[in-house]
Amino acid sequence: MIPLSYYVILSAIVFITGVVGVLIRRNIIIILLSIELMLNATNINFVAFSSYFQNVVGQVFVFFALTVAAAEVAVGLAIIIALYRSKTTINVDEFQLLKW
Amino acid sequence: MEYALIPLLPFAAFLILGIFGHWIKDRAHLVAVPAVLVSFILSVITFMDVASGRHTSIPLYTWATSGDLRIELGLYVDRLTAVMLLLVTIVSSLVHVYTIGYMEGERGYARFFAYVALFTFSMLMLVMADNFLQLFIFWEAVGLCSYLLIGHWYERPSACSAATKAFIVNRVGDFGFLLGLLLVYLTFGSLEYRQVFAQAPDLAQEAFNLLRPFGGQWEVSTLTLICLLLFMGAVGKSAQVPLHVWLPDAMEGPTPISALIHAATMVTAGVFMVARFAPLYSLSPVAMDVVAITGAATMVLGATIALTQFDIKRIVAWSTVSQLGYMMMACGLGAYAAGIYHLLTHGAFKALLFLGCGSVIIALHHEQDMRRMGGLKDKMPVTYWTFVVGSLALAGFPLTAGFFSKDEVLVSAWSAGALGELLASLGLATALLTAFYSFRLVFVTFWGDSRVDPHHAGHVHEPSRTMTVPLLILAALSIATGYLGIPGFLSPAFPGSGSEGHHDSPIAFGIMAIATLMGLVGIAVAYLLYVKSPGLPDRLAQQWQQLYRLSLNKWYVDEAYDRTVVGPTIRLADRLWNSVDVAVIDGAVNGVARTIAWGGWLMRFIQSGQTQHYALGMTLGAVLILTVYLLF
Repeated sequence: MIPLSYYVILSAIVFITGVVGVLIRRNIIIILLSIELMLNATNINFVAFSSYFQNVVGQVFVFFALTVAAAEVAVGLAIIIALYRSKTTINVDEFQLLKW
Repeated sequence: MEYALIPLLPFAAFLILGIFGHWIKDRAHLVAVPAVLVSFILSVITFMDVASGRHTSIPLYTWATSGDLRIELGLYVDRLTAVMLLLVTIVSSLVHVYTIGYMEGERGYARFFAYVALFTFSMLMLVMADNFLQLFIFWEAVGLCSYLLIGHWYERPSACSAATKAFIVNRVGDFGFLLGLLLVYLTFGSLEYRQVFAQAPDLAQEAFNLLRPFGGQWEVSTLTLICLLLFMGAVGKSAQVPLHVWLPDAMEGPTPISALIHAATMVTAGVFMVARFAPLYSLSPVAMDVVAITGAATMVLGATIALTQFDIKRIVAWSTVSQLGYMMMACGLGAYAAGIYHLLTHGAFKALLFLGCGSVIIALHHEQDMRRMGGLKDKMPVTYWTFVVGSLALAGFPLTAGFFSKDEVLVSAWSAGALGELLASLGLATALLTAFYSFRLVFVTFWGDSRVDPHHAGHVHEPSRTMTVPLLILAALSIATGYLGIPGFLSPAFPGSGSEGHHDSPIAFGIMAIATLMGLVGIAVAYLLYVKSPGLPDRLAQQWQQLYRLSLNKWYVDEAYDRTVVGPTIRLADRLWNSVDVAVIDGAVNGVARTIAWGGWLMRFIQSGQTQHYALGMTLGAVLILTVYLLF
């Protein structure tokens, strides 16, 4: 068997990649992608534990999470399009209206 | 007999006029005059009560108790109180009636009556007090009323300055009074007259170590110290040297209050106090000498300055200073009855003189300089003749009340030892000066050719009856009070020390003769200088220029105070204001505000508007919380 810790570490690496992507990338679409990465990392975690404890609840939860992720992507893309229409850019650095 | 009504009626008038004055306006006299007239009638009844031997002491109200200290308000009515009540209510009533004419049509009509009513209340409570603290409370209250009334025409900066000056100079004296009051409580354990006077003879030998807080030793007689400290208050209130400077400036106020407050009542509170505390003073020869000498000095100073002044109210004011000196001198020499007798007669004729001045001032449209008067005796006969009666009383002309009271003072003074003889001689010399300046005022103002401003010269006339009737009544009193046997009535109230003048001795007769002679000579000299040879005064002023200028400039006392006290105080205040108030306090308060604003400026940079920065913050926060959670 593959030890549980391998899966958890994999999940952590993917999650951290997602977080760093959200914090650093300038392209809004890439940020949205990174958010998806974070969500999928947690899904990996759920499945790994579900297999380890032979409990199907973990896998069931993944369904919910995936559904939510899909809905959220739809909304996110709609927001990005609205932003693009307002400012013709997808560079996050240029949205500074809330600056002091 | 409801003694409490006597002060309460004017107080009620004050409250009504104070609260509703805005709606009462020109009818204010309908509230104030009846109140004070009823007080007067009650005072007459009181007088008759006391004359038939009833002394009363009524506790009214316990204000506070704390351990052994009981602070109460009460009324004490004896012979001294009774005559003072009469004086205050009579003069107050007459001034109230006079004011109806004098302040007619003025904007502050109701306010004036309200304050005069408050003053009357305070003075009556002062006179009827039965403990030291109550005396002091109303002592301050009359000072307050004086401030309010001197500054009645508050748009005038000179009036405001004069009011402030009066109050502050009074406060200097009151500081001493308060110390004396505290010492009384410390020594006697009580502030009530009866208890203090009863214990006084036993504590006459008590000594007080002045240097105790400094670890030194300087013992003085406690009673002497008490009397001297209390006397400081009298020096301020009764305009004795060196705290006399406020009284002439107080002439900025309307003439009716010059008559009421600065002639007959408030300024006499100091003399009243010395007389009231006669049981204490008579146990301290040192204090009495101080009182007598201060009184004599004031008497001389006031008279010398009155010789050269040109403002008619100022002349009468300096005359008041001088006469207050007479009264104080009498009390200091043990002749309390004589001093109070002079206080009463002086109240009548000095109020008369002030109201007469007011009559002239109104007739000439607020002209007060006598160099622009003259020839008024035919145009204002009632004013003229009553003024002459008042001046005769002031000069001690035979058969006037002033003659009898001044005589009483001088004879009693003479029989009070070596100091008494010296001061009585000064008194006789001053009588000459008094007669001179009184009739200088009469001759220059009323006789001769008219030097009145041609604008007003056409319609100079006698004022209304509300103003002339009080003049007539006061003129009658200036004569009648000499025949009421007041000294005899008063002497049982005081610890007799053998200073009831021996009126039938040849010395007494001699003094009476010399005093009369002084008066007549003074009048004659005034006649010579101001009627017979009008150029003479100016030539004399030229010849004796130094002395003339010394007198005209009030012996430069105000200037001396300015240089030594007022100037440095103002400069110190200025420096403190700049270096402490502005630099330190404002600096601290503004500094706090500046620091917080700077902190805010720093914090602002967190709001960059960049979503990713906020996300970073959230991430770091979550990591921190997790770390803490996992570690602890």
